[in-house]
Amino acid sequence: MEKENKPQKKPNSFEIFLEEIQRSSWIVTFLAIFTGIILGGLLAAVTSLEMYAAFKVSFWDGIKTGLQVAWSTYSALFTGSVGDFGKIKLALAGGDALEIRRAFFPFFESLVQSTPYIFGGLAVAVGFRAGLFNIGVEGQIFIGALTGTWAGYSFPELPAIIHVPLALLCGFLGGALWGFIPGLLKAKTGASEVINTIMMNYIAFRLSEYMLRGPMKDPAEYTPKTPVIADTAMLHHFFQDPIRFHLGFFIALGIALLIYLLLFKTTWGFELRTVGANSNAARYAGMSNIMVTILAMTLSGGLAGLAGTNEVLGVNLRLVPAFSSGYGFDSIALALLGKNHPLGVVLSALLFGFLRSGARQMQLKAGIPIDIISILQALILAFIAAPAIIRTIYRLKEPKVEEEEFTSSRWGG
Amino acid sequence: MAPLLELRGITKRFPGVLANDHINLTLEKGEIHALLGENGAGKTTLMNILYGLYNQDEGEILVNGKETEINEPTDAIRAGIGMVHQHFMLIPVFTVTENVMLGEEFTKSGGFLDRSKAANRVREISEKYNLNVDPDAYVGDLPVGTQQRVEIIKLLFRDADVLIMDEPTAVLTPQEVEELFKIMRFLVDQGKSIIFITHKLGEVLECSDRITVIRGGKVIGTTTPKDASTKKLASMMVGRDVELQIKKKKAQTGDVILDVKDLEVLNPQNQVAVDGISFQVKAGEVLGIAGVQGNGQTELVRALTGLLKPVDGKISILGQETTNASPRKITELGSAHIPEDRQKDGLVLSFPVADNLVLNTYYQPPFAQGLVAQYDKIIENSLNLVEKFDIRTPSVTTAVSTLSGGNQQKVIVAREFSRPIKLLIASQPTRGLDVGSIEYIHKRLIEKRDEGTAIVLVSTELDEVIQLSDRIAVMYRGKIIDTINGSMANKEILGLLMAGIHPDEDTIARAKSKKEQIVLT
Repeated sequence: MEKENKPQKKPNSFEIFLEEIQRSSWIVTFLAIFTGIILGGLLAAVTSLEMYAAFKVSFWDGIKTGLQVAWSTYSALFTGSVGDFGKIKLALAGGDALEIRRAFFPFFESLVQSTPYIFGGLAVAVGFRAGLFNIGVEGQIFIGALTGTWAGYSFPELPAIIHVPLALLCGFLGGALWGFIPGLLKAKTGASEVINTIMMNYIAFRLSEYMLRGPMKDPAEYTPKTPVIADTAMLHHFFQDPIRFHLGFFIALGIALLIYLLLFKTTWGFELRTVGANSNAARYAGMSNIMVTILAMTLSGGLAGLAGTNEVLGVNLRLVPAFSSGYGFDSIALALLGKNHPLGVVLSALLFGFLRSGARQMQLKAGIPIDIISILQALILAFIAAPAIIRTIYRLKEPKVEEEEFTSSRWGG
Repeated sequence: MAPLLELRGITKRFPGVLANDHINLTLEKGEIHALLGENGAGKTTLMNILYGLYNQDEGEILVNGKETEINEPTDAIRAGIGMVHQHFMLIPVFTVTENVMLGEEFTKSGGFLDRSKAANRVREISEKYNLNVDPDAYVGDLPVGTQQRVEIIKLLFRDADVLIMDEPTAVLTPQEVEELFKIMRFLVDQGKSIIFITHKLGEVLECSDRITVIRGGKVIGTTTPKDASTKKLASMMVGRDVELQIKKKKAQTGDVILDVKDLEVLNPQNQVAVDGISFQVKAGEVLGIAGVQGNGQTELVRALTGLLKPVDGKISILGQETTNASPRKITELGSAHIPEDRQKDGLVLSFPVADNLVLNTYYQPPFAQGLVAQYDKIIENSLNLVEKFDIRTPSVTTAVSTLSGGNQQKVIVAREFSRPIKLLIASQPTRGLDVGSIEYIHKRLIEKRDEGTAIVLVSTELDEVIQLSDRIAVMYRGKIIDTINGSMANKEILGLLMAGIHPDEDTIARAKSKKEQIVLT
């Protein structure tokens, strides 16, 4: 019955890549997003009063109005996140530099919005790959922002070529410390990293409030704010106002590539993934689960720290209370959406960035509630978490490999 | 008279595979009909069709001479067909009665469960068929053999006449197997009929009335234990002559490779599992460690391989003390380990074959240069090993989880044998494998022995231990109760030792008198 099917030739890297894609069932991810968008449109229609009014006129009017509402929601989302092609054309024809920048603003703003998501998603993904659930990304973002900001305003005389990397490094180290502590506790005592990272979040929030009101407060201000960082610590902005697109985006892409190489091309990544996939086999093979756990949590925290620093050095230029509105928690979702693969994380970070940024513009310009987008995100994630639904709807075949187990298997401890 | 059950021309296709190819099978009332075949031969598919879990593409099922449609398990149960699955379908926190009545609850007026009525029924069945099960015991507290009998009661409770038993002995100790065979015999004496699925030759000869061998989805032939021998059955199963008796030369022993002194190891519950064991293994010999599962073998192996720290005693490999060494240090000394639970310890199932083949050498050249993994070399290595060890896999980048058990084990053997080793610790190396794979792995083990490797073979399969070992140490309650020469060993002596009894008369007499003393005091 078993066919003699010996591999005749050496598979090249493309084939390996293809195999990887098939095994990780990206098709389900794609269809989950698609289905979420359809349902989101339906929801926008169902919650609009216009449609009910139109139904009173006639059934077809109701359907038509419903479709119109869904359409206008998504077109507003599109113009809010990518831009209005009509406007872009006009601005380019007009030749006024400010108008052109305004026309392109939505697109670049979405990229700006995606940047912390890339860092945060990578942080969660590294944890998951090592079998660790880092819920503490939000707290690590705050600590990274604190240390990064401190480095940003404390050395006014440094040249930018040193100051920017130094500030980023400080941000990384701050977050890394916040990941190291639960990592150490997990490795040495077996204390659940889930619980401990949640606790570390609270410490981080309160600590940053204290720092903003106390040691790091800008004396010239009434409200709790840190001083503005030095110009030399700023991440380079590629365009003038209002476009805030900055170097951080490319740094994030570079880090994603590094994480990819680390996970899949180094012996250390091999160890990390082995510990994550089967810690017993890792022990059997002579790997040190303790070291891997500590280092993975430290790296994860550091990446989250970079998300915070990046926001300060690239966008906010100073730290204010509650500056991260849940980037860390969204990161968990988008890491899962991206299957904990750096490429997947980048793509889903872009999706989240465009959705978030577009939603804000959509609410501003078209008056459609931003919550539609939260629901859309939630729907997509629900479909990702329950792939059986998508497989049933689209009559997909069962996956050969049970690979969904890998994030959920460790949740029981 | 028509047979109780008849399968005619059953055919089942899966994408790319013909799992059952016009299979004919009859089952007479009051017989045990063994269905013998290697893993993947199509036995389980056939039985799943009979039980209504799959639908056949062609062919029909006749019950008492009448054609019967079986589209789902309820149809099968209505036709009097029941199945004991290899993995039990029991709820551990429920009592025996609750488990048995699940899905067929007796109720009192008002819809309340009538447990006592059900319990009485369970007790009746238990007594009638000699099953010896307490209806009020919690299933989780029962030993595996008893849990299996609960599964049997479930079928009898539903008035099944045909019992399908899927690999029922796989999870049992030798004693429990004996017990099961007695029960099966008793059941058929009471008029039930049994289809007994297995790939173990000895069992088939021991307890069946008729034997049908399946290979590659086809029926190869039907015979009886009288006309068959293990050799004949094996060649029917595999499709070629199989060497069941491995030929081996006399051991050429060399220096002491492994030296264990007064070793004491605790199990995870902090009980003494290995209780002051001492032994030596020389280059070029196989030391078999026999014993009923759970007598300290697992902990001994884990201590030898560095996975468990001993509390006392000393282990040396090649003259170097490794009592508290890390698994990596022990591996680097030239020791290899085939773990007891290949899926839990030996493989990362979600990883490709290639990665699993370098699971403990990934950090060494040529597979790595510094921190950078050399995937070209890893792939090259895997292509070589897949060829050399005949691992059946679609490609080396396929996840190991999709491979059959035998091929998964070959991945481990290939990995452990592909580097120069001085010591091999093989724990249950052929558990759950089919005849072809067992033969293959046995040959490789003896090959390694003849190359001068010292081998510790831990196995609960007596045949395996007797065939391969030059010396056999029997473990009982954490101690080595005796070590005997391999050529002297037979099942009887080992069986007694495994039960903790020294087989010479003197000891037996003393054991007897001791027992009496206990009774007296």
